[in-house]
Amino acid sequence: MSKLNELSLSAARDALRAGETTSKELTEACLSAIEGAGALNAFVHHTPELALERAAAADARIVKGDAPDMCGLPIGIKDLFCTKGVPSQAGSRILEGFLPEYESTVSQNLADAGAVMLGKLNMDEFAMGSSNETSTYGNAVNPWRRGNDDAQLTPGGSSGGSASAVAADLCLAATGTDTGGSIRQPAAFTGTVGIKPTYGRCSRWGIVAFASSLDQAGPMTKSVRDAAIMLEAMCGHDPKDSTSADLPVPNFEAALSGDIRGKKIGIPKEYRMDGMPEEIETLWSDGIAMMKDAGAEIVDISLPHTKYALPAYYVIAPAEASSNLARYDGVRYGHRARLDQGDGITEMYEKTRAEGFGDEVKRRVMIGTYVLSAGFYDAYYNRARRVRTLIKKDFEDVFAQGIDAILTPATPSAAFGLGEMTDADPVAMYLNDVFTVTVNLAGLPGIAVPAGLDKQGLPLGLQLIGQPWAEADLLCTAHVLEQAAGFVAKPAKWW
Amino acid sequence: MSIDETTAARVAKLARIKVEPEALPALAGEFNTILGFIEQLNEVDIEGVEPMTSVTPQVLKRRVDVVTDGDQQDKVLSNAPDAREGFFAVPKVVE
Repeated sequence: MSKLNELSLSAARDALRAGETTSKELTEACLSAIEGAGALNAFVHHTPELALERAAAADARIVKGDAPDMCGLPIGIKDLFCTKGVPSQAGSRILEGFLPEYESTVSQNLADAGAVMLGKLNMDEFAMGSSNETSTYGNAVNPWRRGNDDAQLTPGGSSGGSASAVAADLCLAATGTDTGGSIRQPAAFTGTVGIKPTYGRCSRWGIVAFASSLDQAGPMTKSVRDAAIMLEAMCGHDPKDSTSADLPVPNFEAALSGDIRGKKIGIPKEYRMDGMPEEIETLWSDGIAMMKDAGAEIVDISLPHTKYALPAYYVIAPAEASSNLARYDGVRYGHRARLDQGDGITEMYEKTRAEGFGDEVKRRVMIGTYVLSAGFYDAYYNRARRVRTLIKKDFEDVFAQGIDAILTPATPSAAFGLGEMTDADPVAMYLNDVFTVTVNLAGLPGIAVPAGLDKQGLPLGLQLIGQPWAEADLLCTAHVLEQAAGFVAKPAKWW
Repeated sequence: MSIDETTAARVAKLARIKVEPEALPALAGEFNTILGFIEQLNEVDIEGVEPMTSVTPQVLKRRVDVVTDGDQQDKVLSNAPDAREGFFAVPKVVE
């Protein structure tokens, strides 16, 4: 057996059931891997005592034979999830010292299933970023490097800590959240699997809100099978989130039949971007060939409004963020600025928010404020919401033609160097999400699967997009793609 | 539509974020880059298209109108930067 922290969820589950190991041993292996991985800056709040407590409880449950799939499996939780009594800062200074009195529904579901939380994971501040460089904790670092070059690379964002931790075997899996690509882009940058389910599958209750009509939680794992196992434990109806879907949760793992014969896979022509690196083109063609070899029918499709997805996103997401982040006022929780003599409540708000928010968050809150302000609401916000209707209709039209899933690249490039984008304008960074953001706007499920390495030895991912609520079918197709691609590379340990 | 420093200052004020005057030119520049990118939306024909309100077709659930929560003053105040006598404390609001 490989080292315990290197196991997949499914292998560890099977080993636990066979009595070959214990949750305590798995947890200790992860805790010691985390201790030795400070250089990755993935885990930012450590909860080893809580983890060992939960591991002991899980071991007792396994002995009794009352063990769901996730029971005893050590995982990391993104800092965006509120966890009772454990710091939950959303990567922001403004929530320094905040200790939630409650637990998010998703992390509670995982805890109820017996999963063991190892600690909280680094992320871009309020999930706004594509490189984990906007975090108050500093950059999370990708365990992958370009050959022998020791330049530090981004693990992607915003779930950068989650991706780095899973890729480096610090935990068996992790939670992420995805508003415009924040699960799928970091998964692609680190050779891991990440699925964003249909909007409404996972409860948003207790997850720090960024853009409420787009945010969804999902698992980040070492395999598609693991994604199926963990997603099932995370989702389900929650009366505390009015947008949570009251639908039965299928057994996702049982859907991994390995058979996609006769399925129609759409290839959207609009995703062939100008200036796209040849390696991404090749990866995509290889993926198409793999689907064909597995018996799927390949269909050329058109999603005509693709080009307008990013601009629409950069109206809608900041607008919702400016409203959601209005709650950080220095009154009820988190940071409050030191005030000067004579400062009133307005100065308190303005100074608190200036000190507590980082530059990217301030920028987006102010853009959101602008597009919602009197005189611009129709020209920007309402126009973007109408374009969003058209983007969703693009997908509805191709699904009505009988398309089961859509295959695209996950990202327009491999992981880039930390600091490489510092001098670029903000829009250049936003382009990272060009292939993923449409899926959020349309509320669809999307999964990133590692499919190959570039010339420099960095992982590249493909994305599959499914019909609403068809995660089971999507996971089945992703599983076939994963098997065909046979991605087994791991980063060489340098940390 | 180009944003000048006065507009940038007004937006910062509306967002209740203090921005030093010397930072305003750079901020206005960034706003213009982002809004320039967003301007592409003007190319789309949106005639007769409804703005999206909910990405999944759904009817909001109702529940019985009863008190289900409350009596948690300590928990509500536990993270307050300044809490006194069971209240959140803030600087003087009314002169």
